[in-house]
Amino acid sequence: MGVAPVEVEQPTTGRDAALDAPWVTVVWNDPVNLMNYVTYVFQKVFGYPKAKAEKLMLDVHHRGKAVVSSGTREAMERDAEVLHGYGLWATVSHES
Amino acid sequence: MSWEDDWLSGEDEEGLEVAASFRPVPGGAAAFFEEAQAGVIRYLVSQLAELVSADSTAADAGIDSGDLEAQLGLSSHAQLPDDPVLARLLPDGYADDPAASAEFRRYTEETLRSDKIASAQAVLSSLPPGGGQVRLSEPECQQWLKALNDVRLALSVRLGITEDNEDLSERLSADDPRAAYVWIYQWLAYLQESLVESLS
Repeated sequence: MGVAPVEVEQPTTGRDAALDAPWVTVVWNDPVNLMNYVTYVFQKVFGYPKAKAEKLMLDVHHRGKAVVSSGTREAMERDAEVLHGYGLWATVSHES
Repeated sequence: MSWEDDWLSGEDEEGLEVAASFRPVPGGAAAFFEEAQAGVIRYLVSQLAELVSADSTAADAGIDSGDLEAQLGLSSHAQLPDDPVLARLLPDGYADDPAASAEFRRYTEETLRSDKIASAQAVLSSLPPGGGQVRLSEPECQQWLKALNDVRLALSVRLGITEDNEDLSERLSADDPRAAYVWIYQWLAYLQESLVESLS
């Protein structure tokens, strides 16, 4: 038998996740949070390697904000809540 | 004598020269605090806990009142707090969606307040009023980090810090009462930074 069409074989959860993904958590720059603290929080909260956490911190610092995670709306609200616990200024938004 | 008298009298410069900072120890971090330094931190952290607990739903309603919202840990607050310090500590969850922010706040604000109060209390219970050697476990380090950061956020709002690396000491004249707090703000940044480094 031939290979089934990709559309049929592809797990629907994969497509659902892609459809749900446009929600993101954004962290905004502020003059108070220390650079090494923000890097530390990204490592701690998201489990990101230090290099990735540092790059995100620098994006926040230089560009004023950065997307730090993406996924379902519920997951992004949890991320924002945890980041608020660390004193970071985080918001949830729908990626356009 | 309050800590303010000590710190405002000029003796505090000496305190800053030997500014307490954390160093890594197995399982956490440790630092030595002079009495005046411990007094400053305890004072600011207590103020913070008081502010954060002041108008919380749980405190307003009380568990005995049978208020369902309080029992469920839901906040009756739907808007950003009027006090700019509280607004910074308990920010909106959405940048441009007031309805979504209100809903987010309803489900998260009480937990966030409790978390901040718990961190403040962890600092108060591990830092003796007379100062001395403080040795923190890793969970305690987390709470210290959060509490120190919250205190710095609060001070930044009161001091009007709006830009990165702003040299406030240039903007404020020496007789401005806020000048003493600028030192404290900078010292707390140094202390917090040393705690992060100790954990890295």
